Amino acid sequence: MELKTEAFGLIQVEDGDIVIFPDGLPGFEELTKFTLLGKDVSESPFFWLQSLEKSTLALVVADPFALYEEYVVDVDDEDVAVLQVGNTDQVLTLCVVNIPEDIHQMRVNLKAPILINLQNNLGKQVIQKADLPVRYFLLQ
Amino acid sequence: MLPVLVLTRKKGQSLMIGQNIEISIVDIQGDQVRIGINAPREVSIHRKEVFDEIRKENLAATSHVPDKQALQTAFTELKEMKEK
Repeated sequence: MELKTEAFGLIQVEDGDIVIFPDGLPGFEELTKFTLLGKDVSESPFFWLQSLEKSTLALVVADPFALYEEYVVDVDDEDVAVLQVGNTDQVLTLCVVNIPEDIHQMRVNLKAPILINLQNNLGKQVIQKADLPVRYFLLQ
Repeated sequence: MLPVLVLTRKKGQSLMIGQNIEISIVDIQGDQVRIGINAPREVSIHRKEVFDEIRKENLAATSHVPDKQALQTAFTELKEMKEK
């Protein structure tokens, strides 16, 4: 399918690149189809999770292990069930990065990572039990 | 969001939500209520404040989508920070 995006202009999305979030995302529960853009394009740890249903909606995401060395993801049985995880090596962990106008307020949500099962392209934003910050300021 | 149903319970009493979810009033001390929950593993349970905070943060993240330039600047700043 074709989609006109803010960050990347007109893009082509193959079926295999569509990630389904059955529960949507907190704040966007009605949006279930997304795709990852900009991954592996440069050495930057940031890329986008682009909505395929609302072209103006995209979240900047990043590999949390690159941003916070001691990061641990504790995946609950319930999350494993929703994502039908067979092999935990196939689970991609991404955290939402908030980059406001004032760059020094840039922060990452370590409390609620997005998990994507690369085997079946199912995704979910999960809330970790561990006492991690929803706003971890990267430049402070 | 207004609740659809408001019920009054005493300590030791419970509520059933659907077939599989049980909410029980374990204890009441002053203005604090200890609530017990019995639910299937697939049902996630969190304090509302945490869920609301995450929602708010997601909405804030999408209200301003940075362009590639901003992302590049962010990456540069991050590298500089790490080097310090």
